[in-house]
Amino acid sequence: MTLDIVWLFRWFQESVMAVPGRVVALIFILFLFLLPLITTDPSALRIITLTSIFALYAASWDVLSGFTGQVSFGHGLFFGVSAYTSAMLNKYFLLPVWVTIPIGSFGGILVGLIAGIPALRLRGFYLGLVTLAFPIILAGIIFVFPDVTGGEVGIYGLTRLSGSPTLNYYIIVLIMICSLLIMYKLTDAGSKFLRTGLIFRAIKEDEITARASGIDTMKYKLVAFGASGFFAGIAGGLYAHYMRVAGPSTLELFFSFSPILWTIFGSMATIYGPVAGTFILFPFMEIIRFSRFGEETRYIFFAFILILFLIFMPEGLTVWVRDKIEIKCQRCKLINIMTRKYCRACRAPLHMEEENYLIKEKGGTN
Amino acid sequence: MFISILINSLVSGGMFAILAVGFSLVFGVAKILNMAHTAFYMVTVFLIFITMKILGLALPIAAILSIIVTALLGIVCYKLCFDRVKVHQTAVMIISVAIAILFQEIFLIIFTGHFRRVPPFIPGFVTIAGVPVLNQHFFTAGASLVTLIGLWLLLSKTRLGKAIRAVEQDIEIANLFGINVSRISMLVMGISVGLAGIAGLVIAPVVVLHPLMWTGPLVIVLAAVVLGGMGSIKGSIIAAYILGFAETLVVFLVPGGSFLRGAVSLAIMVVVLLVRPEGLLGVAFEEERL
Repeated sequence: MTLDIVWLFRWFQESVMAVPGRVVALIFILFLFLLPLITTDPSALRIITLTSIFALYAASWDVLSGFTGQVSFGHGLFFGVSAYTSAMLNKYFLLPVWVTIPIGSFGGILVGLIAGIPALRLRGFYLGLVTLAFPIILAGIIFVFPDVTGGEVGIYGLTRLSGSPTLNYYIIVLIMICSLLIMYKLTDAGSKFLRTGLIFRAIKEDEITARASGIDTMKYKLVAFGASGFFAGIAGGLYAHYMRVAGPSTLELFFSFSPILWTIFGSMATIYGPVAGTFILFPFMEIIRFSRFGEETRYIFFAFILILFLIFMPEGLTVWVRDKIEIKCQRCKLINIMTRKYCRACRAPLHMEEENYLIKEKGGTN
Repeated sequence: MFISILINSLVSGGMFAILAVGFSLVFGVAKILNMAHTAFYMVTVFLIFITMKILGLALPIAAILSIIVTALLGIVCYKLCFDRVKVHQTAVMIISVAIAILFQEIFLIIFTGHFRRVPPFIPGFVTIAGVPVLNQHFFTAGASLVTLIGLWLLLSKTRLGKAIRAVEQDIEIANLFGINVSRISMLVMGISVGLAGIAGLVIAPVVVLHPLMWTGPLVIVLAAVVLGGMGSIKGSIIAAYILGFAETLVVFLVPGGSFLRGAVSLAIMVVVLLVRPEGLLGVAFEEERL
């Protein structure tokens, strides 16, 4: 027993505390869990709850477009279908929340597979523009049948997730963290248990080579679409029950672009990128909203920040920060903190390129 | 009925064609997926409103002034933003979305959300087979055709057009042959945004002015570009007219059709792409491998 604890402690010290990125993630998760103890202000909790839902939504976009390279400009479809499915089941069949959200997410998978069919023949921006079509077509259909779908207002008056805002907060944050972990493992190219991460990356880099290596790319593309639809669906169901309304705004153009904005701001093809992007941009927007001229000017600030950051960090914020604080050992591929001179496992010098460069410089002057 | 469907689809098809040509030109040459393309069109429409109704300038001066200002705005955006990050295509796209949001919000603050109108350039109407047709509609349909022919002449008959087509086909080889690629890209951005401006000019008296008016055309322009085959200018013109016709048909014939106008064009696009993934006139492109 004591040995276990010692082992756990060693593991913690060696593979969490030694990697700066994991420390940041740990602090972030602790902060999320401790936040209700610091403040019980309902509006602060509300902002962070909504941010968590949207972070999940943005991460699901990243699984599909960042990792697998299947650009989706219509991600609102998965979110919206799940939100509407949960809302209708709850409103018309009076099903409880813990039934409607899973069924809604399975609706997300189904729609993901349907939207994935064109993906088998199209690639790149072509595919993006076709996926853009689906939510708008669905929105058109929803407006034509206002009796069932509620038209412009949507379906409102749904059951709450739970009685208190704090409990809502914990439910949503927990679901978000679990889903993010699953997505992280699903897309981790170095994983020992799942091949999907590696295959997704292979499809993104070079589909023909992937197919030549015996990978059924069609199957794995559909897997990516299904997984992405599932997680976006969870976010959609949670959103519908948290806001207690499922409206056509979830199918609008801007709602499909939002996860792309957050993800690219945070960095593509990393699960932490979209989370960081959402947790910076969304609360920032809400805070500006409460300032003096905030309501009108907040999108101007938003656009300015987006443009400035992307001009100076075109690969996104987290990759820029990561490259500043972490360095990969060139011999054993282990991640080290930037301040180290030698790798913590194999003692190979870390900043080799720069030293060589300096030697060459000196040689040149002689 | 038939006459009004025809003239309305020529009007909206012409506008979509000019917008789609500009969009596919800048995508083909400068590799910019410019989501702000229709936002520039919105800017021109508002500039015409400012110059004509507030400053009280005459139509030709107002038109030339607004188009030049819009084109310059496009070049400034290219130099300040797109040019610096053009290696990262996704960053370029997101920046263009941000620029579109920026324009929309600035105009929302200046003009609030009220609906406004520009008076027709040519007042009055003609009766054809018992159907009154506004002169303005004739002007819009005709002017868009003239613009498209002008663009075709520019691309096929001039040295600049040759250079643009060369860059579109192969950037590296064009560079090797002494074409200044970055200058051509800048010029194409200016031409493309200028075309968006012309679309705004011809359509200004027909539509209702609102800072959010760019999202609807954006969707249809994207659909037209994909439907025609990305990079094929002829294809996007044909596709734009097809979509304009389909949209008008739905609005006129289906009850509650105005909700479905975007949906129908997109449904047509999806169906065509499932049958012909490269679009109507596009070439089945080989995957570019590095």
